[in-house]
Amino acid sequence: MLEWLLEPLAFEFMRNALITGILVGVLCPVVGTYLIVQRMALLGDVMAHSVLPGLAIAFFLRVNILFGAFVSGLLSAFLIAWLRSQTRIKVDAVMALIFSSFFALGVLLITLLRNKLDLDSFLFGDILGVTLTDVGRTVVVTLLILSLVKLFYKELLFYTFARDGAEAIGLPVNLIYFGLMAAVTLTIIASMQTVGVVLVVSLLVGPAITAYLFVKELHQMMVLGAIIGVISSISGMYVSYYLNVPSGPSIVLVGFGLFLLAVLFSPNQGILTRPEMVDRSTRIFRQLKDLRRG
Amino acid sequence: MLEVRHLSVNYRGIQALADVCFKLAAGRLVGLIGPNGAGKSTLIKAILNLIPIREGQVIYQGLPLKQQRQQVAYVPQRSQIDWDYPITVWNVVMMARTAHAGWFHAPSRTSREVVKEALLRVEMFGLRDRQIGELSGGQQQRVFLARAIAQQAELFLFDEPLTAVDKKTEALILEIYAELKAQGKTLLISCHEWGEALNHYDRLLLLNQRLIANGSPIEVMTLENIQCAYGVCPQPQRFHQSKETMYFC
Repeated sequence: MLEWLLEPLAFEFMRNALITGILVGVLCPVVGTYLIVQRMALLGDVMAHSVLPGLAIAFFLRVNILFGAFVSGLLSAFLIAWLRSQTRIKVDAVMALIFSSFFALGVLLITLLRNKLDLDSFLFGDILGVTLTDVGRTVVVTLLILSLVKLFYKELLFYTFARDGAEAIGLPVNLIYFGLMAAVTLTIIASMQTVGVVLVVSLLVGPAITAYLFVKELHQMMVLGAIIGVISSISGMYVSYYLNVPSGPSIVLVGFGLFLLAVLFSPNQGILTRPEMVDRSTRIFRQLKDLRRG
Repeated sequence: MLEVRHLSVNYRGIQALADVCFKLAAGRLVGLIGPNGAGKSTLIKAILNLIPIREGQVIYQGLPLKQQRQQVAYVPQRSQIDWDYPITVWNVVMMARTAHAGWFHAPSRTSREVVKEALLRVEMFGLRDRQIGELSGGQQQRVFLARAIAQQAELFLFDEPLTAVDKKTEALILEIYAELKAQGKTLLISCHEWGEALNHYDRLLLLNQRLIANGSPIEVMTLENIQCAYGVCPQPQRFHQSKETMYFC
Protein backbone atom coordinates (compact mmCIF):
# COMPACT_ATOMS: atom_id res chain seq x y z
CA MET A 1 0.00 0.00 0.00
CA LEU A 2 2.76 2.41 1.04
CA GLU A 3 4.69 1.52 -2.06
CA TRP A 4 1.61 2.19 -4.09
CA LEU A 5 1.38 5.66 -2.57
CA LEU A 6 5.10 6.45 -2.84
CA GLU A 7 5.74 5.19 -6.35
CA PRO A 8 4.39 8.27 -8.20
CA LEU A 9 6.48 10.55 -5.99
CA ALA A 10 9.64 9.28 -7.65
CA PHE A 11 8.76 11.41 -10.66
CA GLU A 12 9.41 15.12 -10.52
CA PHE A 13 6.35 15.99 -12.60
CA MET A 14 4.17 14.04 -10.19
CA ARG A 15 5.66 15.79 -7.16
CA ASN A 16 5.06 19.16 -8.82
CA ALA A 17 1.54 18.16 -9.78
CA LEU A 18 0.73 17.01 -6.25
CA ILE A 19 2.01 20.22 -4.68
CA THR A 20 -0.02 22.27 -7.17
CA GLY A 21 -3.00 20.03 -6.59
CA ILE A 22 -2.86 20.56 -2.82
CA LEU A 23 -2.54 24.34 -3.20
CA VAL A 24 -5.38 24.52 -5.69
CA GLY A 25 -7.40 22.17 -3.50
CA VAL A 26 -7.18 24.76 -0.70
CA LEU A 27 -7.52 27.87 -2.84
CA CYS A 28 -10.49 26.93 -5.01
CA PRO A 29 -12.97 26.15 -2.19
CA VAL A 30 -12.02 29.34 -0.31
CA VAL A 31 -12.66 31.54 -3.35
CA GLY A 32 -15.58 29.37 -4.48
CA THR A 33 -17.32 29.88 -1.12
CA TYR A 34 -17.71 33.57 -1.93
CA LEU A 35 -19.21 32.73 -5.32
CA ILE A 36 -21.66 30.21 -3.86
CA VAL A 37 -23.03 32.44 -1.12
CA GLN A 38 -23.67 35.16 -3.67
CA ARG A 39 -25.44 32.66 -5.97
CA MET A 40 -22.75 33.33 -8.55
CA ALA A 41 -21.26 29.84 -8.80
CA LEU A 42 -21.62 29.82 -12.56
CA LEU A 43 -19.60 33.00 -12.79
CA GLY A 44 -16.57 30.83 -12.05
CA ASP A 45 -17.36 28.80 -15.13
CA VAL A 46 -17.92 31.91 -17.22
CA MET A 47 -14.63 33.45 -16.22
CA ALA A 48 -12.77 30.20 -16.72
CA HIS A 49 -13.92 30.09 -20.33
CA SER A 50 -13.41 33.80 -20.78
CA VAL A 51 -9.66 33.64 -20.20
CA LEU A 52 -9.19 31.97 -23.58
CA PRO A 53 -9.12 35.08 -25.87
CA GLY A 54 -6.58 36.68 -23.52
CA LEU A 55 -4.43 33.55 -23.63
CA ALA A 56 -4.48 33.50 -27.43
CA ILE A 57 -3.64 37.20 -27.86
CA ALA A 58 -0.89 37.14 -25.22
CA PHE A 59 0.62 34.02 -26.79
CA PHE A 60 0.62 35.75 -30.18
CA LEU A 61 2.16 38.97 -28.83
CA ARG A 62 4.68 36.94 -26.80
CA VAL A 63 3.72 38.63 -23.55
CA ASN A 64 3.06 36.61 -20.39
CA ILE A 65 0.02 34.51 -21.24
CA LEU A 66 -1.21 34.70 -17.66
CA PHE A 67 -1.42 38.46 -17.90
CA GLY A 68 -3.57 38.06 -20.99
CA ALA A 69 -5.76 35.51 -19.23
CA PHE A 70 -6.16 37.80 -16.23
CA VAL A 71 -7.24 40.81 -18.29
CA SER A 72 -9.61 38.76 -20.41
CA GLY A 73 -11.24 37.07 -17.39
CA LEU A 74 -11.76 40.37 -15.59
CA LEU A 75 -13.16 41.96 -18.72
CA SER A 76 -15.87 39.33 -18.90
CA ALA A 77 -16.78 39.92 -15.23
CA PHE A 78 -17.12 43.64 -15.84
CA LEU A 79 -19.15 43.14 -18.97
CA ILE A 80 -21.56 40.95 -17.00
CA ALA A 81 -21.83 43.44 -14.14
CA TRP A 82 -22.38 46.29 -16.61
CA LEU A 83 -25.05 44.53 -18.67
CA ARG A 84 -26.77 43.46 -15.48
CA SER A 85 -26.98 47.00 -14.15
CA GLN A 86 -27.94 48.65 -17.44
CA THR A 87 -30.62 46.30 -18.77
CA ARG A 88 -33.41 44.19 -17.38
CA ILE A 89 -31.84 40.98 -18.70
CA LYS A 90 -31.36 38.47 -15.88
CA VAL A 91 -27.86 37.55 -14.88
CA ASP A 92 -28.02 33.87 -15.90
CA ALA A 93 -28.84 34.80 -19.48
CA VAL A 94 -26.09 37.42 -19.58
CA MET A 95 -23.59 34.89 -18.23
CA ALA A 96 -24.58 32.25 -20.77
CA LEU A 97 -24.08 34.65 -23.64
CA ILE A 98 -20.79 36.17 -22.43
CA PHE A 99 -19.32 32.79 -21.62
CA SER A 100 -19.99 31.26 -25.03
CA SER A 101 -19.02 34.43 -26.91
CA PHE A 102 -15.68 34.81 -25.14
CA PHE A 103 -14.95 31.12 -25.60
CA ALA A 104 -15.86 31.37 -29.29
CA LEU A 105 -13.61 34.39 -29.67
CA GLY A 106 -10.80 32.46 -28.00
CA VAL A 107 -11.13 29.46 -30.31
CA LEU A 108 -11.33 31.77 -33.33
CA LEU A 109 -8.22 33.70 -32.28
CA ILE A 110 -6.23 30.53 -31.69
CA THR A 111 -7.01 29.43 -35.25
CA LEU A 112 -6.55 32.84 -36.87
CA LEU A 113 -3.30 33.65 -35.11
CA ARG A 114 -2.02 30.12 -35.85
CA ASN A 115 -1.12 29.68 -32.20
CA LYS A 116 0.68 26.52 -31.20
CA LEU A 117 -1.26 26.69 -27.95
CA ASP A 118 -2.17 23.22 -26.71
CA LEU A 119 -5.89 23.76 -26.34
CA ASP A 120 -6.49 20.32 -24.82
CA SER A 121 -4.21 20.82 -21.85
CA PHE A 122 -5.77 24.20 -21.08
CA LEU A 123 -9.23 22.77 -21.31
CA PHE A 124 -8.77 19.61 -19.27
CA GLY A 125 -5.53 20.00 -17.34
CA ASP A 126 -2.27 18.20 -17.92
CA ILE A 127 -0.26 17.17 -14.89
CA LEU A 128 2.62 16.04 -17.09
CA GLY A 129 3.24 19.65 -17.96
CA VAL A 130 3.45 21.10 -14.43
CA THR A 131 6.87 22.76 -14.16
CA LEU A 132 8.61 24.23 -11.13
CA THR A 133 7.69 27.69 -12.44
CA ASP A 134 4.03 26.67 -12.39
CA VAL A 135 4.42 25.46 -8.82
CA GLY A 136 6.07 28.74 -7.82
CA ARG A 137 3.29 30.74 -9.43
CA THR A 138 0.60 28.70 -7.71
CA VAL A 139 2.34 29.18 -4.33
CA VAL A 140 2.40 32.96 -4.83
CA VAL A 141 -1.24 33.17 -5.96
CA THR A 142 -2.42 30.93 -3.11
CA LEU A 143 -0.54 32.82 -0.41
CA LEU A 144 -1.65 36.17 -1.81
CA ILE A 145 -5.33 35.31 -1.97
CA LEU A 146 -5.45 33.53 1.38
CA SER A 147 -3.78 36.50 3.10
CA LEU A 148 -6.22 38.93 1.49
CA VAL A 149 -9.18 36.79 2.57
CA LYS A 150 -7.81 36.73 6.13
CA LEU A 151 -7.17 40.50 6.15
CA PHE A 152 -10.53 41.53 4.72
CA TYR A 153 -12.61 38.70 6.13
CA LYS A 154 -15.17 40.82 7.99
CA GLU A 155 -15.64 43.23 5.07
CA LEU A 156 -16.03 40.36 2.60
CA LEU A 157 -18.47 38.65 4.95
CA PHE A 158 -20.61 41.78 5.14
CA TYR A 159 -20.42 42.39 1.39
CA THR A 160 -21.40 38.85 0.39
CA PHE A 161 -24.15 38.66 3.00
CA ALA A 162 -25.78 42.02 2.27
CA ARG A 163 -24.32 44.17 -0.48
CA ASP A 164 -26.74 47.04 0.22
CA GLY A 165 -26.02 46.96 3.93
CA ALA A 166 -22.28 47.01 3.27
CA GLU A 167 -22.69 49.96 0.92
CA ALA A 168 -24.92 51.73 3.44
CA ILE A 169 -22.17 51.75 6.07
CA GLY A 170 -19.71 53.06 3.49
CA LEU A 171 -17.73 49.97 2.45
CA PRO A 172 -16.26 50.38 -1.06
CA VAL A 173 -18.49 47.78 -2.69
CA ASN A 174 -17.22 48.25 -6.25
CA LEU A 175 -13.64 47.79 -5.13
CA ILE A 176 -14.63 44.66 -3.22
CA TYR A 177 -16.39 43.28 -6.31
CA PHE A 178 -13.29 44.00 -8.39
CA GLY A 179 -11.10 42.31 -5.78
CA LEU A 180 -13.27 39.20 -5.69
CA MET A 181 -13.33 38.93 -9.47
CA ALA A 182 -9.55 39.35 -9.59
CA ALA A 183 -9.24 36.58 -7.01
CA VAL A 184 -11.51 34.29 -9.04
CA THR A 185 -9.51 34.93 -12.22
CA LEU A 186 -6.17 34.31 -10.48
CA THR A 187 -7.53 31.12 -8.93
CA ILE A 188 -8.64 29.90 -12.33
CA ILE A 189 -5.23 30.65 -13.81
CA ALA A 190 -3.53 28.83 -10.96
CA SER A 191 -5.79 25.81 -11.48
CA MET A 192 -5.48 25.67 -15.26
CA GLN A 193 -2.61 23.19 -15.26
CA THR A 194 -4.21 20.67 -12.93
CA VAL A 195 -7.92 20.68 -13.73
CA GLY A 196 -8.17 22.83 -16.85
CA VAL A 197 -10.56 25.69 -17.52
CA VAL A 198 -13.59 23.58 -18.42
CA LEU A 199 -13.54 21.74 -15.11
CA VAL A 200 -12.19 24.30 -12.69
CA VAL A 201 -15.71 25.38 -11.72
CA SER A 202 -16.18 21.97 -10.17
CA LEU A 203 -13.26 22.51 -7.81
CA LEU A 204 -14.50 26.04 -7.05
CA VAL A 205 -17.98 24.81 -6.22
CA GLY A 206 -17.90 21.09 -5.31
CA PRO A 207 -15.85 20.97 -2.09
CA ALA A 208 -17.39 24.20 -0.79
CA ILE A 209 -21.00 23.05 -1.24
CA THR A 210 -20.12 19.69 0.24
CA ALA A 211 -18.83 21.58 3.28
CA TYR A 212 -21.95 23.81 3.27
CA LEU A 213 -24.03 20.76 4.16
CA PHE A 214 -22.16 20.41 7.46
CA VAL A 215 -21.55 23.93 8.76
CA LYS A 216 -23.28 27.11 9.92
CA GLU A 217 -20.54 29.70 9.49
CA LEU A 218 -18.73 30.98 6.42
CA HIS A 219 -15.20 30.37 7.71
CA GLN A 220 -16.11 26.77 8.59
CA MET A 221 -17.33 26.31 5.03
CA MET A 222 -13.94 27.49 3.79
CA VAL A 223 -11.85 25.34 6.11
CA LEU A 224 -13.86 22.16 5.62
CA GLY A 225 -14.11 22.94 1.89
CA ALA A 226 -10.32 23.23 1.70
CA ILE A 227 -9.89 19.85 3.43
CA ILE A 228 -12.33 18.23 1.00
CA GLY A 229 -10.63 20.03 -1.90
CA VAL A 230 -7.21 18.67 -0.94
CA ILE A 231 -8.59 15.13 -0.54
CA SER A 232 -10.23 15.35 -3.99
CA SER A 233 -7.08 16.74 -5.56
CA ILE A 234 -4.71 14.13 -4.18
CA SER A 235 -7.04 11.18 -4.79
CA GLY A 236 -7.76 12.44 -8.29
CA MET A 237 -4.05 12.70 -9.08
CA TYR A 238 -3.46 9.10 -8.02
CA VAL A 239 -6.40 7.90 -10.08
CA SER A 240 -5.01 9.87 -13.00
CA TYR A 241 -1.54 8.36 -12.54
CA TYR A 242 -2.60 4.74 -12.19
CA LEU A 243 -5.42 4.67 -14.73
CA ASN A 244 -3.58 6.91 -17.16
CA VAL A 245 -6.53 9.29 -17.54
CA PRO A 246 -6.51 13.13 -17.52
CA SER A 247 -6.12 14.60 -14.05
CA GLY A 248 -8.95 17.16 -14.35
CA PRO A 249 -11.83 14.72 -14.75
CA SER A 250 -10.44 12.40 -12.07
CA ILE A 251 -10.23 15.21 -9.48
CA VAL A 252 -13.68 16.47 -10.41
CA LEU A 253 -15.29 13.03 -10.15
CA VAL A 254 -13.68 12.25 -6.79
CA GLY A 255 -15.05 15.60 -5.59
CA PHE A 256 -18.49 14.74 -6.91
CA GLY A 257 -18.38 11.37 -5.15
CA LEU A 258 -17.65 13.09 -1.83
CA PHE A 259 -20.50 15.53 -2.49
CA LEU A 260 -22.94 12.65 -3.08
CA LEU A 261 -21.88 11.03 0.17
CA ALA A 262 -22.49 14.30 2.00
CA VAL A 263 -25.90 14.80 0.40
CA LEU A 264 -26.92 11.34 1.59
CA PHE A 265 -25.22 11.20 5.00
CA SER A 266 -24.61 14.72 6.37
CA PRO A 267 -25.85 14.66 10.02
CA ASN A 268 -28.39 17.49 9.79
CA GLN A 269 -29.07 17.83 6.11
CA GLY A 270 -28.29 14.37 4.66
CA ILE A 271 -31.23 12.92 2.78
CA LEU A 272 -30.92 9.61 4.65
CA THR A 273 -29.69 10.93 7.98
CA ARG A 274 -31.60 14.10 8.79
CA PRO A 275 -33.58 13.82 12.01
CA GLU A 276 -37.06 13.44 10.47
CA MET A 277 -35.83 10.70 8.11
CA VAL A 278 -34.22 8.79 10.96
CA ASP A 279 -37.50 9.05 12.93
CA ARG A 280 -39.48 7.82 9.95
CA SER A 281 -37.20 4.87 9.26
CA THR A 282 -37.20 3.87 12.93
CA ARG A 283 -40.99 3.94 12.83
CA ILE A 284 -41.16 1.83 9.68
CA PHE A 285 -38.66 -0.60 11.14
CA ARG A 286 -40.70 -0.90 14.33
CA GLN A 287 -43.90 -1.50 12.34
CA LEU A 288 -42.18 -4.23 10.33
CA LYS A 289 -41.02 -5.87 13.55
CA ASP A 290 -44.55 -5.71 14.97
CA LEU A 291 -45.90 -7.26 11.79
CA ARG A 292 -43.49 -10.14 12.03
CA ARG A 293 -44.40 -10.69 15.65
CA GLY A 294 -48.11 -10.36 14.97
CA MET B 1 -31.90 66.90 11.55
CA LEU B 2 -32.15 65.00 8.27
CA GLU B 3 -33.07 67.08 5.30
CA VAL B 4 -34.15 65.64 1.97
CA ARG B 5 -34.11 68.31 -0.74
CA HIS B 6 -35.83 67.93 -4.10
CA LEU B 7 -35.03 64.26 -4.44
CA SER B 8 -35.83 62.70 -7.82
CA VAL B 9 -35.00 59.17 -8.88
CA ASN B 10 -35.41 57.47 -12.22
CA TYR B 11 -35.39 53.72 -12.41
CA ARG B 12 -34.76 52.29 -15.89
CA GLY B 13 -36.44 55.25 -17.54
CA ILE B 14 -39.42 55.38 -15.20
CA GLN B 15 -39.75 58.16 -12.68
CA ALA B 16 -39.77 56.48 -9.28
CA LEU B 17 -39.56 59.60 -7.11
CA ALA B 18 -40.33 63.17 -8.09
CA ASP B 19 -39.13 66.20 -6.19
CA VAL B 20 -39.46 64.78 -2.68
CA CYS B 21 -38.68 67.31 0.07
CA PHE B 22 -38.96 66.87 3.82
CA LYS B 23 -37.12 67.31 7.10
CA LEU B 24 -36.87 64.84 9.97
CA ALA B 25 -36.21 66.13 13.45
CA ALA B 26 -34.29 64.16 16.07
CA GLY B 27 -36.34 62.30 18.67
CA ARG B 28 -39.24 61.71 16.30
CA LEU B 29 -40.71 58.49 15.02
CA VAL B 30 -41.71 59.02 11.41
CA GLY B 31 -43.74 56.53 9.38
CA LEU B 32 -43.45 56.31 5.60
CA ILE B 33 -46.67 55.09 4.02
CA GLY B 34 -48.05 54.70 0.53
CA PRO B 35 -49.40 52.04 -1.83
CA ASN B 36 -47.27 49.21 -3.22
CA GLY B 37 -44.86 50.56 -5.77
CA ALA B 38 -45.15 54.08 -4.38
CA GLY B 39 -41.39 54.26 -3.99
CA LYS B 40 -41.03 53.73 -0.22
CA SER B 41 -38.04 51.40 -0.50
CA THR B 42 -36.66 53.52 -3.32
CA LEU B 43 -36.79 56.59 -1.08
CA ILE B 44 -34.94 54.79 1.72
CA LYS B 45 -32.33 53.51 -0.71
CA ALA B 46 -31.97 56.94 -2.30
CA ILE B 47 -31.41 58.52 1.12
CA LEU B 48 -28.66 55.95 1.70
CA ASN B 49 -27.28 56.65 -1.77
CA LEU B 50 -27.64 52.97 -2.73
CA ILE B 51 -29.26 53.90 -6.04
CA PRO B 52 -28.38 56.70 -8.43
CA ILE B 53 -30.15 59.97 -7.69
CA ARG B 54 -31.17 62.08 -10.65
CA GLU B 55 -31.54 65.27 -8.70
CA GLY B 56 -31.57 66.44 -5.12
CA GLN B 57 -29.58 66.24 -1.93
CA VAL B 58 -29.70 64.41 1.38
CA ILE B 59 -28.23 66.49 4.17
CA TYR B 60 -27.66 65.34 7.75
CA GLN B 61 -26.52 67.82 10.41
CA GLY B 62 -25.54 70.27 7.68
CA LEU B 63 -23.39 67.84 5.65
CA PRO B 64 -24.20 65.38 2.84
CA LEU B 65 -25.25 62.10 4.42
CA LYS B 66 -23.01 60.05 2.15
CA GLN B 67 -19.98 61.57 3.89
CA GLN B 68 -21.13 60.28 7.27
CA ARG B 69 -22.57 56.86 6.62
CA GLN B 70 -21.57 55.47 10.00
CA GLN B 71 -24.39 57.58 11.43
CA VAL B 72 -27.05 55.50 9.69
CA ALA B 73 -28.40 52.10 10.65
CA TYR B 74 -30.39 50.43 7.89
CA VAL B 75 -32.68 47.43 8.23
CA PRO B 76 -33.58 46.07 4.77
CA GLN B 77 -36.79 44.27 3.84
CA ARG B 78 -36.91 40.61 4.84
CA SER B 79 -37.06 39.49 1.23
CA GLN B 80 -33.68 41.14 0.55
CA ILE B 81 -31.86 38.77 2.88
CA ASP B 82 -30.52 35.34 2.05
CA TRP B 83 -31.63 33.33 5.09
CA ASP B 84 -29.62 30.29 3.95
CA TYR B 85 -26.34 32.19 4.22
CA PRO B 86 -23.97 30.28 6.50
CA ILE B 87 -23.86 32.78 9.35
CA THR B 88 -24.94 32.73 12.98
CA VAL B 89 -27.06 35.28 14.85
CA TRP B 90 -23.99 36.54 16.73
CA ASN B 91 -22.04 37.30 13.57
CA VAL B 92 -24.95 39.06 11.85
CA VAL B 93 -25.14 41.47 14.77
CA MET B 94 -21.35 41.76 14.85
CA MET B 95 -21.50 43.12 11.28
CA ALA B 96 -22.82 46.34 12.79
CA ARG B 97 -19.37 46.81 14.30
CA THR B 98 -17.47 46.46 11.00
CA ALA B 99 -17.00 50.20 10.56
CA HIS B 100 -16.14 50.74 14.23
CA ALA B 101 -13.40 48.13 14.15
CA GLY B 102 -11.85 49.63 11.01
CA TRP B 103 -9.87 47.84 8.31
CA PHE B 104 -7.57 44.98 9.37
CA HIS B 105 -8.87 44.91 12.94
CA ALA B 106 -10.80 42.25 14.77
CA PRO B 107 -13.77 43.44 16.84
CA SER B 108 -12.75 44.98 20.16
CA ARG B 109 -13.99 43.92 23.57
CA THR B 110 -16.30 46.94 23.58
CA SER B 111 -17.82 45.72 20.31
CA ARG B 112 -18.45 42.29 21.78
CA GLU B 113 -20.11 43.90 24.80
CA VAL B 114 -22.28 46.10 22.58
CA VAL B 115 -23.36 43.09 20.51
CA LYS B 116 -24.15 41.12 23.64
CA GLU B 117 -26.22 43.99 25.05
CA ALA B 118 -28.13 44.38 21.79
CA LEU B 119 -28.90 40.66 21.65
CA LEU B 120 -30.03 40.66 25.27
CA ARG B 121 -32.29 43.65 24.54
CA VAL B 122 -34.12 41.82 21.75
CA GLU B 123 -34.15 38.58 23.81
CA MET B 124 -32.04 36.68 21.29
CA PHE B 125 -28.82 36.17 23.26
CA GLY B 126 -29.73 32.56 24.03
CA LEU B 127 -29.99 31.80 20.32
CA ARG B 128 -26.75 33.55 19.35
CA ASP B 129 -25.17 30.38 17.92
CA ARG B 130 -28.12 29.52 15.67
CA GLN B 131 -27.78 29.77 11.91
CA ILE B 132 -30.19 32.56 10.88
CA GLY B 133 -32.30 30.26 8.71
CA GLU B 134 -33.22 28.23 11.80
CA LEU B 135 -35.19 31.12 13.33
CA SER B 136 -38.83 32.16 13.06
CA GLY B 137 -39.74 35.28 11.08
CA GLY B 138 -40.11 37.37 14.23
CA GLN B 139 -36.79 36.16 15.63
CA GLN B 140 -35.08 36.96 12.35
CA GLN B 141 -36.44 40.50 12.46
CA ARG B 142 -35.21 40.86 16.03
CA VAL B 143 -31.68 39.88 14.93
CA PHE B 144 -31.69 42.74 12.44
CA LEU B 145 -33.09 45.07 15.05
CA ALA B 146 -30.19 44.07 17.31
CA ARG B 147 -27.80 44.77 14.46
CA ALA B 148 -29.24 48.27 14.08
CA ILE B 149 -28.96 48.89 17.84
CA ALA B 150 -25.38 47.60 17.95
CA GLN B 151 -24.37 50.05 15.26
CA GLN B 152 -24.99 52.89 17.76
CA ALA B 153 -26.12 55.13 14.93
CA GLU B 154 -28.01 58.41 15.09
CA LEU B 155 -30.35 57.86 12.17
CA PHE B 156 -32.39 54.67 11.74
CA LEU B 157 -33.99 53.62 8.47
CA PHE B 158 -36.23 50.55 8.64
CA ASP B 159 -37.83 49.04 5.54
CA GLU B 160 -41.10 47.35 6.56
CA PRO B 161 -39.88 45.92 9.86
CA LEU B 162 -43.32 44.73 10.95
CA THR B 163 -43.98 42.47 7.96
CA ALA B 164 -44.57 38.84 9.00
CA VAL B 165 -43.65 39.22 12.65
CA ASP B 166 -45.40 37.77 15.70
CA LYS B 167 -47.14 39.89 18.36
CA LYS B 168 -44.26 39.58 20.81
CA THR B 169 -41.75 40.87 18.29
CA GLU B 170 -44.09 43.66 17.27
CA ALA B 171 -44.40 44.81 20.87
CA LEU B 172 -40.63 44.61 21.30
CA ILE B 173 -40.01 46.61 18.16
CA LEU B 174 -42.39 49.34 19.33
CA GLU B 175 -40.66 49.44 22.73
CA ILE B 176 -37.31 49.87 21.04
CA TYR B 177 -38.66 52.66 18.82
CA ALA B 178 -39.69 54.45 22.02
CA GLU B 179 -36.25 53.93 23.59
CA LEU B 180 -34.42 55.20 20.53
CA LYS B 181 -36.74 58.19 20.36
CA ALA B 182 -36.04 58.98 24.01
CA GLN B 183 -32.31 58.89 23.21
CA GLY B 184 -32.89 61.59 20.60
CA LYS B 185 -32.37 59.36 17.54
CA THR B 186 -34.07 60.03 14.23
CA LEU B 187 -36.25 57.19 12.92
CA LEU B 188 -37.81 56.73 9.49
CA ILE B 189 -39.88 53.58 9.10
CA SER B 190 -41.62 52.45 5.97
CA CYS B 191 -44.75 50.60 6.97
CA HIS B 192 -47.74 48.64 5.83
CA GLU B 193 -49.91 49.04 8.91
CA TRP B 194 -53.27 50.74 8.90
CA GLY B 195 -55.70 52.28 11.32
CA GLU B 196 -54.82 52.42 15.01
CA ALA B 197 -51.28 51.27 14.41
CA LEU B 198 -50.45 54.51 12.66
CA ASN B 199 -50.92 56.39 15.92
CA HIS B 200 -47.58 55.03 17.11
CA TYR B 201 -45.93 57.49 14.77
CA ASP B 202 -45.32 61.13 15.57
CA ARG B 203 -45.42 62.03 11.91
CA LEU B 204 -46.38 60.36 8.69
CA LEU B 205 -45.06 60.84 5.19
CA LEU B 206 -47.58 59.78 2.55
CA LEU B 207 -45.79 58.91 -0.66
CA ASN B 208 -46.76 57.98 -4.17
CA GLN B 209 -43.88 58.95 -6.45
CA ARG B 210 -44.16 62.41 -4.91
CA LEU B 211 -44.74 63.40 -1.31
CA ILE B 212 -48.51 63.79 -0.98
CA ALA B 213 -48.71 64.72 2.67
CA ASN B 214 -46.38 65.28 5.59
CA GLY B 215 -47.64 65.85 9.12
CA SER B 216 -49.21 64.24 12.17
CA PRO B 217 -51.31 61.09 11.53
CA ILE B 218 -54.47 63.18 11.92
CA GLU B 219 -53.35 65.69 9.34
CA VAL B 220 -52.12 63.11 6.86
CA MET B 221 -54.89 60.49 6.91
CA THR B 222 -57.62 62.58 5.34
CA LEU B 223 -59.93 61.23 2.68
CA GLU B 224 -58.54 63.61 0.13
CA ASN B 225 -54.92 62.57 0.75
CA ILE B 226 -55.74 58.88 0.72
CA GLN B 227 -57.69 59.18 -2.49
CA CYS B 228 -54.82 61.08 -3.97
CA ALA B 229 -52.27 58.42 -2.95
CA TYR B 230 -54.29 55.27 -3.49
CA GLY B 231 -56.68 56.41 -6.18
CA VAL B 232 -59.66 54.75 -4.48
CA CYS B 233 -62.14 55.72 -1.83
CA PRO B 234 -61.65 53.31 1.06
CA GLN B 235 -64.31 52.24 3.54
CA PRO B 236 -64.60 54.68 6.41
CA GLN B 237 -63.51 53.15 9.69
CA ARG B 238 -63.12 54.48 13.18
CA PHE B 239 -59.47 55.37 13.40
CA HIS B 240 -58.88 56.96 16.75
CA GLN B 241 -61.74 56.56 19.15
CA SER B 242 -60.33 58.48 22.07
CA LYS B 243 -60.50 61.73 20.15
CA GLU B 244 -63.84 60.77 18.63
CA THR B 245 -62.63 61.74 15.22
CA MET B 246 -63.45 59.80 12.07
CA TYR B 247 -60.54 58.99 9.85
CA PHE B 248 -60.42 57.07 6.69
CA CYS B 249 -58.02 54.29 6.33
